[in-house]
Amino acid sequence: MTDTLHILSVGKGGWGGALLLAAGVTFALSVLGFLLGALFGAVAAGGRLSTRALPSWVAKGYGTVFRGVPDLLTIYLLYYGGSIALTEIGKFFGSAGFVGLPTFATGVLAIGIISGAYQAEVYRGAYLAVDLGQFEAGKALGLSRFQLLRLVIVPQLMRHALPGLGNVWQLVLKDSALISVIGLVELMRQSQIGAGSMREPFVFYIAAATLYFLIATVTGSVFRYGEARAWRGMVHA
Amino acid sequence: MIDFAFFAEIIPTLLSGLPLTLQLAGLSIGIGFALALLLALAQQGNHRMLVWPIRSFVAVFRGTPLLVQIFLIYYGLGQFRPTLQAVGLWWLFREPYWCAIIALSLNTAAYGSEILRGAIQGVPGGLVEAASALGLKRLQILRLVVLPLALRQAIPSYSNEIILMVKGTSLASIVTLMEVTGIAQGLISQTYRAVEVFVAAGAIYLTINFTIISALNALETWLTPYRVRA
Repeated sequence: MTDTLHILSVGKGGWGGALLLAAGVTFALSVLGFLLGALFGAVAAGGRLSTRALPSWVAKGYGTVFRGVPDLLTIYLLYYGGSIALTEIGKFFGSAGFVGLPTFATGVLAIGIISGAYQAEVYRGAYLAVDLGQFEAGKALGLSRFQLLRLVIVPQLMRHALPGLGNVWQLVLKDSALISVIGLVELMRQSQIGAGSMREPFVFYIAAATLYFLIATVTGSVFRYGEARAWRGMVHA
Repeated sequence: MIDFAFFAEIIPTLLSGLPLTLQLAGLSIGIGFALALLLALAQQGNHRMLVWPIRSFVAVFRGTPLLVQIFLIYYGLGQFRPTLQAVGLWWLFREPYWCAIIALSLNTAAYGSEILRGAIQGVPGGLVEAASALGLKRLQILRLVVLPLALRQAIPSYSNEIILMVKGTSLASIVTLMEVTGIAQGLISQTYRAVEVFVAAGAIYLTINFTIISALNALETWLTPYRVRA
């Protein structure tokens, strides 16, 4: 027990500080990936809702592929595919070895692409949940298409989107552990390093699980607070 | 432009991992469903000693990454080898195959039990009252009225969970099991052709998922003959 406490302590010889720092990397990776995913998701939702065939078809394909293929496979595609391309460019300029992509940026991109596919469905559903009268009223006021979206539709759409976004966020946080396979030292990878070096896998993976659980719980309540705030003053079932 | 010869070469290699992927998915979805049903039913009684541990189990397995769960079971429990040998369970926790199945099953049981719990609660109370007015016993009500309705109600949500599990089997490759994703990673590092391998392996997963979704949709339609679909 005292051994365990010592291993996980923040001070000298303890791994606590490294694990907390790695948890920070996990959090930053997840937040940035989620935000990038919001961008991809919004664009894809726009495509899905478009009446033209091509955008709708492309957006549908994007959603089907990245929600249907294992996330690990997507991560390999981006990391190895990107690195191979980069190595080729490196060769052209006379570099001999393998050039790896920056792992943090690749992780953010991977999470962005994967979570964007899920977020697109959330935004699409939320858009369709906004009362048609709101669109008509906005047009009657003479708002331009962009103004209508920014001032009337998106603020109301977010109200419907928040529960779904909360689910996607939980998915993103847990998915971020997969970025460890490309060597980024986030919480999962740091626990592996600690587990290997101290020969105490149980302690380290329990510690990692606890930290993931804490982040998930705390951020989950932030989403619930946001939801309550978004619905304030509204009567709803 | 498209190198068909290369695809013809890698697809059989990737398909050699398909039986393992299907085994991992099939076994863990089956075991997970049985567990999920037990957990959902056990919570109906509202016994605090029963509900509280189940809720905690569900919260823990839904709140932590599947990868951590697999590592905890495979590497973490491996640390207790002497104890596991003493109780005769070492053969189970020694094999990455069984560890992956245990982790996947427990994970899907946690998510599945919430889906089934919601579906059971969604069965109208009047139906249960009507059944007991007919003189059916508790088990009969469960078997003849509540479960058929609840399970049918749960099909759409549960099919999402099944797809997530099929995708989840790819994590087994991280504990050395060469299923489709593991083979794909090997092929990428051998051939340096990430896009083609992704397309081929992705197509295998999309085919599996499409088959499952179609089958479950057909099952739902078959169980709901009176409902006209838009």
